[in-house]
Amino acid sequence: MPDGTKVAQAPEADVLTVKEYKSGDKPIWCPGCGDFGVLSATYKALAALQLQRHEVVVASGIGCSSRTPYFMSTFGLHGVHGRTLPIATGMKLANPDLTILVMGGDGDLMSIGAGHFPHAAARNVDLTCIMMDNQTYGLTKAQASPTSLMGHKSKSTPYGVVAKPMLPVLFALASGATFVARGYSAKPNDLTDLIVQGIEHPGFAFIHVQSPCAEFFNTYDYYDEHIKDLPPGWDRHDLKAAVDLALTEENVHLGVFYQEERPSLSKAVRQFEAEHKQFDLVEYVQRFS
Amino acid sequence: MARDDFIIRIGGDTAIGGVISTGDNFTTAAARIGFRTFTFRTYPSEIKGGQAWFQVRISSKPVYSLGDGCDILIAFDQEAYELHRASLNEGGVLIYDSGLVEPDPDGNIVRYGVPFQKIAREELEFVRGTNVLILGVMAGLFGLPPASLEEMVKSRYKRRAELMEKNIQALHHGYEYTKKIQKEDRFWLGTADHKARLVMTGNDAITAGALHAGCRYFAGYPITPASDILETMASQLPRFGGVCLQAEDEMAAIASVIGASYAGAKAMTATSGPGFSLMTELLGLASMAEIPIVIVDAQRSGPSTGMPTKLEQGDLFQALYGGHGDFPRIVLAPASVQNCFRVSVLAFRLAEKYQIPVILLSDQSLSHRTETIERVDTDVYPTTERLRPNGTNPEDYLRYQITDSGVSPMAIPGLDIHTYVATGLEHDERGHPRLSPQTHEEMTAKRFHKLEVARLDIDNEELCPRYGAEDADLGIIGWGATQGSIREAVDRALADGLKVAAMHPRVLNPLPESRLREFINSVDRVLVPEVNYQGQFAHHLAASLGITPLRFNKIGGLPFTPGEIHSKIQEVLVHA
Repeated sequence: MPDGTKVAQAPEADVLTVKEYKSGDKPIWCPGCGDFGVLSATYKALAALQLQRHEVVVASGIGCSSRTPYFMSTFGLHGVHGRTLPIATGMKLANPDLTILVMGGDGDLMSIGAGHFPHAAARNVDLTCIMMDNQTYGLTKAQASPTSLMGHKSKSTPYGVVAKPMLPVLFALASGATFVARGYSAKPNDLTDLIVQGIEHPGFAFIHVQSPCAEFFNTYDYYDEHIKDLPPGWDRHDLKAAVDLALTEENVHLGVFYQEERPSLSKAVRQFEAEHKQFDLVEYVQRFS
Repeated sequence: MARDDFIIRIGGDTAIGGVISTGDNFTTAAARIGFRTFTFRTYPSEIKGGQAWFQVRISSKPVYSLGDGCDILIAFDQEAYELHRASLNEGGVLIYDSGLVEPDPDGNIVRYGVPFQKIAREELEFVRGTNVLILGVMAGLFGLPPASLEEMVKSRYKRRAELMEKNIQALHHGYEYTKKIQKEDRFWLGTADHKARLVMTGNDAITAGALHAGCRYFAGYPITPASDILETMASQLPRFGGVCLQAEDEMAAIASVIGASYAGAKAMTATSGPGFSLMTELLGLASMAEIPIVIVDAQRSGPSTGMPTKLEQGDLFQALYGGHGDFPRIVLAPASVQNCFRVSVLAFRLAEKYQIPVILLSDQSLSHRTETIERVDTDVYPTTERLRPNGTNPEDYLRYQITDSGVSPMAIPGLDIHTYVATGLEHDERGHPRLSPQTHEEMTAKRFHKLEVARLDIDNEELCPRYGAEDADLGIIGWGATQGSIREAVDRALADGLKVAAMHPRVLNPLPESRLREFINSVDRVLVPEVNYQGQFAHHLAASLGITPLRFNKIGGLPFTPGEIHSKIQEVLVHA
């Protein structure tokens, strides 16, 4: 197993600016896409924390938002649709010193990969999962998604969506996520702050970002009107209040809904010192004699 | 003359219990004092109830297969008797619970009826001691020193003094009981050499090989017959600084293995056919993004849920060809428990060296059977570390550089400053998505070229051994766990004066083509026995080498016996 604390081969620049986290590749997103705001907030958060680029991995699945790793100068993995959370779990368990960001969309995380989401949250894998929710499938062009509203007419639902939309914040709370927040792509400074908090949180941090699709489902006007701060004096350690709000909210609240401290998976699996760091075959096979 | 190489089969309903443990205990006790053993077991897939059977072949000389039929049948109940009596060889012995089984009169076998349950209940007042009582009877009848069984009972109950005492009593009762039996059979174990040997299952050997090769990350989802690899990894990996994850499903298992390997760990998952089906999409990602992983597929019978506790060599097509698009993978098939260790180490060596997914095909019989093995080779295949971008300027680093071997330097996050994006999209040498026809052609060729280079590593005698006549008329090519039965069948055919040889490659993709061609050219005809309907390996050989072998297929969930293959050899060479 790599021991990340041991071997950084070369020191990086003393001060890293936003520019240094950019890969130089121009994002392929459509003009007005919310994902630009999320990308910009991510650059700023990494710069704010002065994270070394080779110690950060941005993992993603398939979809518009999952293109993010190509625009970052960090390590990245652009995998298959829906499996990013287990891929990231393996990375974190193999090298707990890495900072891991999982970037995905509502299709990737709430539909094809929804079976993995509650387990990553329950295990409290120490990573930051940023979900860019545009309530539609952008890359395959305008089909309905699990967060589309009931009645929404799309190419795949010409008579209207009949399923209740999934509530990502509620799903995360119910699954045992230890940090649950919501941001809006058109408020990149607030989002930067949430991402910084998410990365600093020692456990599974879920950030639900309303990130409109300007091309197929433009919701900027709706969100500009409906976003709202959390109620004054909000206690982010009150799970019941967070669940209640996530279940009943009519407006779209921004901020940290919930946070708790619980041992992360990579800490929990290493809670005792290994008896023998070295594997000794001759000794091991004695159990079969 | 006494026979000191014989097969004991124990059958009974799992609701009565003890079929497998009685067999295992007898085997362990015998192996500890130096007898060679080869077991086979099959369970019903119900949780409780249904017929289980256990078989051990035992000898003071090495044994290579489960053998033919059985020489001694121990029937716990009437159903077991009826199920197995046709398998009892001529001159064989039936031991049965005379309170539960009514055997037919039959002149060709020896029968010993013992009211096991009645004795346990009335004389010992210890019903749970029935199985140990049977062990005592077996020891007395067939010459296993009772001290070896007593040792084993002691170690098994060392923390429960009262149970230990009662079990030892039951053991001696059984042993003494046999003095009242007039022995009419000829089965008697010779003298054991008291050499320390190991008794391992295929899954034990695969796991030991993986740990030895440096595997420090394992993820799996419970599935028969691979679950015990997950369980052993869960208990052992933390001792050596590794991590084991019970994943939420097989897709998550292989996904996390890919993530762990990307982050620098040698990583493995283990499953059976249904789980392997679920992993297929991610198998393609590992090959495309060139991330080394090892996947164990302990094959079981049938498509869909099939017969989960029976064997079949039915996943070869899936291992060789499964998945969308064109992508390379390496496929290995160990031939015995001893060989499982070496092939498991080899799997990691090839995965790391060629940055490619490696599939290790076991099967239910190999994964679960035990064999007595002399020792585990401590010097096999020095572990290969993957190629890293040491010394390269990060600005110039090409993760997917086209090289002579097809292998490109792989940076590890946190350890190397050469950042890159591993990707399932077609990409250029730097790792940028590039979907041009030329790029796809060049990069596909680069990835497949690794198989050609790997072929040079595996096209040798050790990984493709030949056995039998130098100058043969018939050449048998087998794969996986059929090796032992083929070897014994070849021995018998040679004794008949027939000219037969066998070849048994451990690497099925890439094939050791020069060894195979030389072998094929040296014989008149080629026979491919395999436990599947379609002749999957025969098909692969036909496609790869342009030959049309004779196919010999068995399905039904049980392994080939030496006798079945021997008869086929005779059919081809004598009766044709």
